[in-house]
Amino acid sequence: MGRRAKRKQGEPEPLTFLPKSKSYKEDHTGKKRKLEREIDNKKVLELLNDDSTEFSENESANESANESENESENENENEIVSESESESETDSELDIEKKAHILDKEKKKEEELANAELQNNIEQMEKFVLPNTQDDENENENENEDNSDIQIIGRRIQDIVGVLNNFNKLGDKERGRSAYVEQLMKDMAVYYGYSDYLLEKLFHLFSVSEAVEFFEANEISRPVTIRTNTLRARRRDLAQALVNRGVNLEPIGKWTKVGLTVFDSSVPIGATPEYLAGHYILQTASSFLPVMALAPQENEKILDMASAPGGKTTYIAALMKNTGIIFANDSNKERTKGLVSNIYRLGVKNTIVCNYDGRQFPTVIGGFDRVLLDAPCSGTGVISKDPSIKINKLEKDFKLMPHLQKQLILSAIDSVDAKSSTGGYIVYSTCSVTVEENEEVVNYALLKRPNVKLVETDLDFGQDGFTKYRGKVFHPSLKLTKRYYPHVHNMDGFFVSKFKKFSNTFAENKENKDTEKVEKVKKGKIDENNKKNESSGKTNITKKSRPIEDELESLGLDGISEDNENESENLESDDDPSEEGSENELENLESDEEANEENCNLLF
Amino acid sequence: MSESMMRQATNISRNQLISVGTSFGKFTKSKKFKLHITALDYLAQYAVYKIWIKPNGEGSFLYGNHVLKAHLGRITDDTPQNKGVVIYSMSDVPLGFGVTAHSTVDTRKLQSTNIVAFNQADVGLYLREQDTLFAS
Repeated sequence: MGRRAKRKQGEPEPLTFLPKSKSYKEDHTGKKRKLEREIDNKKVLELLNDDSTEFSENESANESANESENESENENENEIVSESESESETDSELDIEKKAHILDKEKKKEEELANAELQNNIEQMEKFVLPNTQDDENENENENEDNSDIQIIGRRIQDIVGVLNNFNKLGDKERGRSAYVEQLMKDMAVYYGYSDYLLEKLFHLFSVSEAVEFFEANEISRPVTIRTNTLRARRRDLAQALVNRGVNLEPIGKWTKVGLTVFDSSVPIGATPEYLAGHYILQTASSFLPVMALAPQENEKILDMASAPGGKTTYIAALMKNTGIIFANDSNKERTKGLVSNIYRLGVKNTIVCNYDGRQFPTVIGGFDRVLLDAPCSGTGVISKDPSIKINKLEKDFKLMPHLQKQLILSAIDSVDAKSSTGGYIVYSTCSVTVEENEEVVNYALLKRPNVKLVETDLDFGQDGFTKYRGKVFHPSLKLTKRYYPHVHNMDGFFVSKFKKFSNTFAENKENKDTEKVEKVKKGKIDENNKKNESSGKTNITKKSRPIEDELESLGLDGISEDNENESENLESDDDPSEEGSENELENLESDEEANEENCNLLF
Repeated sequence: MSESMMRQATNISRNQLISVGTSFGKFTKSKKFKLHITALDYLAQYAVYKIWIKPNGEGSFLYGNHVLKAHLGRITDDTPQNKGVVIYSMSDVPLGFGVTAHSTVDTRKLQSTNIVAFNQADVGLYLREQDTLFAS
């Protein structure tokens, strides 16, 4: 079948959803595969002609329809060649030819259909200004193939993506690319059920076809994964025990030695005797990552700032073999119950559970060797788990969340003791994919705390973080951060960054150094600190805070410059009343944070 | 719980401290000591009298039921009546603890539906009473 290897790849593919060159190559592997493939294609074609098929099927059908188009062309070639050659072919070859003939006919039909569709698509694009409903009517008249609106939209998404992937050839230059994109985003918001705002936010993270893959991946749930509790069991023994109970599982991947993927199970996986005895915990694959990046060592003092429900905390404990001390904090008292339960169940004995607002660190306790901050986030990485995110998250959330995250990350950095012989690391992670909650927060931390730097996460897969995004430029070291996407890694969308704190102080000025030390090492009362800071820094404020603000603005970091404005306002009124022991705890918190930020501002 | 951990824990104020170390149990109003399931780790290591239950009885026990004769896999010889025992699965996984209803000799004569040991605590409690188990 060597002749088969010849294949037209350059052929324009009007309907192609995505150019899947990989799968093409795979299909070349052998005759057997090919035969199976052809049969599959037949089925697929039947499906395609069937009006009642759902979109997801259609999508795959379309892909393979394209593949099969190409195949049929090849077979045409093959036939010609084989006819001209001596007819010394076996029966099976003839079978193939027969099949090829049948396929050809169907293929022609299909192509005609496809062309007609493309025509429709272009027509529809031309009638772009028309309201949606009219568009749909048009489609219905012309196609008579789809019955429901959602299918039409699904088809149109595919079409537009196809056009955008090869805009020079297929695009309507007069309408311009942005018109297509606009229509695509409108359709996708309807089709996948996102709010327009969120869709736009996520859409711009990816290239067009990748974005569709991302949204598609969010519709599928991720596989159930469990983590072996190495304090209680070994993975091999656990796997054996679970297989005996009728669980079908397999290791997650080479990158972890404790994870198992569960495909299906005849028993509830969260209620087996092994589970209750603490041999494993249900944990998503992505939440292994920040702990692996943290790489806790034995006998260290570690803080997990937002720990519930304890998956990561117990993993840290397991890596430390129950030595040292872990402070597991969570601001939600309800959630700490599950956390405590998990900690006991898994036999973790080195953990102190507390219920503070994360921003109260390091005033509660500091000097940690490592801090894990798995920040609360909008959860745009786990939409497959919680579809309500699609509509719940508003613009407000994407302003408030990063603000909280920025406060938390500064607290986390301040809680670490840079002089620790083994540690001095901070890991910041979120289960969100938006830039606002990830790169911008990290970038903010780098600006506000010059005594930390980003280091390699030691995770050997994942995509590098953005160093610039839609006109915003971040610190170049941000490429050391890692991003994970559902459609690429088949795990929840995730972001991991690792800092190393190399000094407890970050100012040349001796006075400032002292105040920093007071704050970080001794954790004295904040009020005192503030006074000291104010006295030491007053001279610097006026001339130094302005340029920074300007710089930030030029970088496009709106949020930060806003903060700075607030600070400078606070500084102008020398006695900030909220600093003087206000009764309300929340107010206290805010003033803490302001005080912190003031500090940095002074020290810049 | 180590001393250093205790000292560290003093940094956390009373209201915010949720848990530190391991709870063994608490005193009832009648001044009796009621063991918590969280003590199982320690009890399992030092238990004198043990009961092993068959795989088909594990589920039943973990749902809070008593150990039946039919589910009894093995039992330490010369266990007296009304003694505390730690209950294991056949693969030596500690599942909970209880009190024997009969001595080893007596259990031999029992019918398969009779109770061998009363359930005091089992690891199923972690799920069943997650919210109340650790409230003080």
